[in-house]
Amino acid sequence: MTHITRTTTALALVWAAGAAHAGCGVDSGSVRILANDFDALGIVINEAATCAGDGVSVEVNMTTEHKALQVPALTVSPAQYTVAVVANNSIVPLLNEDLIRPLDDLVAKYGDSLSPSQLIRIDGQVMAIAFMGNGQHLFIREDILEEAGLEQPTTMEGILEAAKVIREKGIMEYPLAAADQAGWYLGNEFVNTYLGYGGEFFEPGSAEPAISGETGIKTLEMMKAMTAYMEPEYMTFTSDEMKAMYLAGEVAIMNQWGSMVNGHIDPNGPAPEIGEATMLAPAPTVGGNSIPAAALWWDGFTIAKNISDEDAEASFAAMVHGIRPEVATANPSAATWLMKDFAAPETAKGVLGNASGGARAYPMSPYMGLLHTALGAELADFMQGTESAEQALADVEAAYRTAAQEAGFLN
Amino acid sequence: MRHRDFVKFIFPSALAMLLFIAVPIVSVFVQSLYVEHDKVLVTVENCGPFGCQQETRVDPDATAALKAEEPLGQFNGLGTYLNRAHLATQEVGEILSDNDGFGDVARRIYNLPFYKALAFTLVYTFLVTPLSMIFGFMVALGVNTIPKAVKGPVIFLSLLPYIVTPLLGSLILFWMINSDGVIGATLQWVFADPTLSLKASPFLTWVTLIVYGTWHMTPFAFVVFYAGLQTLPQDTLESAMIDGANRWERIRYVVIPHLVPLATFVGLVLLMDNFRVFEPIIGFSSEANATSLSWSIYNDLNGQVDQLFGSAAATSVLTMIGVIVLLTPVLIRTWRDFNRKAR
Repeated sequence: MTHITRTTTALALVWAAGAAHAGCGVDSGSVRILANDFDALGIVINEAATCAGDGVSVEVNMTTEHKALQVPALTVSPAQYTVAVVANNSIVPLLNEDLIRPLDDLVAKYGDSLSPSQLIRIDGQVMAIAFMGNGQHLFIREDILEEAGLEQPTTMEGILEAAKVIREKGIMEYPLAAADQAGWYLGNEFVNTYLGYGGEFFEPGSAEPAISGETGIKTLEMMKAMTAYMEPEYMTFTSDEMKAMYLAGEVAIMNQWGSMVNGHIDPNGPAPEIGEATMLAPAPTVGGNSIPAAALWWDGFTIAKNISDEDAEASFAAMVHGIRPEVATANPSAATWLMKDFAAPETAKGVLGNASGGARAYPMSPYMGLLHTALGAELADFMQGTESAEQALADVEAAYRTAAQEAGFLN
Repeated sequence: MRHRDFVKFIFPSALAMLLFIAVPIVSVFVQSLYVEHDKVLVTVENCGPFGCQQETRVDPDATAALKAEEPLGQFNGLGTYLNRAHLATQEVGEILSDNDGFGDVARRIYNLPFYKALAFTLVYTFLVTPLSMIFGFMVALGVNTIPKAVKGPVIFLSLLPYIVTPLLGSLILFWMINSDGVIGATLQWVFADPTLSLKASPFLTWVTLIVYGTWHMTPFAFVVFYAGLQTLPQDTLESAMIDGANRWERIRYVVIPHLVPLATFVGLVLLMDNFRVFEPIIGFSSEANATSLSWSIYNDLNGQVDQLFGSAAATSVLTMIGVIVLLTPVLIRTWRDFNRKAR
């Protein structure tokens, strides 16, 4: 539904813009954008759509099913979409199938407003332009910490102690929450914590999994320890569920997505007093390590390979127009923008704190998705206490191997 | 009918069945025999807003060359069927040859994804099918006796669980059984146990899903049985009453024998439907405690970014075989009945 509305809005904008296209720098070509559906992307894409005019047409499809569409839609020639908006995980299939074009010449021609850190270089070639960062970081109820007489925790171990105190003082029975729903979210929690412990997912240079060592076991034990302070239904929590619980005042400390800050602290939202009492901080460190235990993500755009150069230029110029620094300045709290000279407001401090703390990026390895799926499916037994950590990790590796063999990564 | 007329008559539907049923099944089967090409990997430096790191990537040109040679992928025979994600022959063999008794075997086999999914699918099918037939029959008997004036609305209300989209129905119930929800909070109050949660323990999740399934499928059985009740031979019923049969005896000796052929039909459809249980697992977020064969297919096709077509195809074929095995006894029975009547 939403993407239909979005498409209509974008088309309306195309109409309204009419001949008033100014500053995009192109006068012909067709721009067809495929993107995920969330608010910050909508801002960028609506801006890009204002480039529509005389010779330039802009069509938009924003859908949460974009990952399923992108490979088939870009494989046909000419590709159905000229722009695919991706993140560090969803760019991988496009690279594997060679469906997106290097952008170096376009950057040289139209990229004056881009900062060097926005360029995603794969093997030296610019393959995507990032415009926002994302990641999970701490949302803490300052009022509850005060009531319990606690300092702000900065480590996972500290969070466990804080949760214990909050429970013992009778303030909350279940002060913590994590997105532990079996499936993608559970895999993601593992990835975050494991990165915090400094773990490597694969043997260097190969698709052999390397998670079943001591780091993996420590990671699982920490995840399990956290659940002692969560509602018994923690295996069904998604990040949206956590938001609802947080706004209902049921959670004191959680690691939540940076892109969702606005929904939690919105003064016009359902619980302004909770937003008021919320303190944002970088993700916690773990196990005496110094890096935040949360993967860093970027969102950016790519240009399809199977399209005419004219359309590619128009698409690139329109997207660069959509992510020009003024867009970030006009919507400072909508996302953790990566644009040049963007003065980050308080709401972006969590993700930026992760980045400056040295948090690691979510891996772009071609087989990471298979491992993520295996983690999500096979860790559930351990999280519910029906299986040992060693067995759970062995199951993950076995499930991953089966999938990786089928996908041609392992023999 | 002459043979030629019969062929002409049946041709359009035979063609449609061939195109829309047989061809897709064959294509799924062919798909299940292949796996993807070996990917040629190279290590490169990736740089982004958060710094650079050495990572592997697929060499697209070299991989494309492999693809051009064999467009369908690598032939894998029945390999996908036998791997850990499906029948896991090797793993099961190891478990059977080295174990600490029956409990250990059951636990370790249940740990394999296919058998885990199969276990829930079978339990669900064999509980929900008879339960919804029994409840459907009882509702039909009840509705049959109420006054005509209220019959319409009552039938409509009884059909509602079946009309509601399964995903929506399960989501609504999911929220209600939440520990903050109407049912969840009431149960906690009734059992005076603040940690009671229908979503947390595997056993209660299974119970919830089976109760939901029964709730959802009962109206189907009801509506068929209710239609059957309208054709009850009144003279047989009356003679039974004259013979002094009470209500229970009339149901036992007149109504039930009359509805048996319908029961076969209802059972057949319910078995097929329940074996493909899928939506409630998504709706109730019960992946941690209960998975089904259909859910496995969905999971293979809905990875983070990857789609395992071969694996999904193999599970589909196994599901079809499962349906055929389940239906065979019922079909044999129907065939016998049919022959007996034809004679």
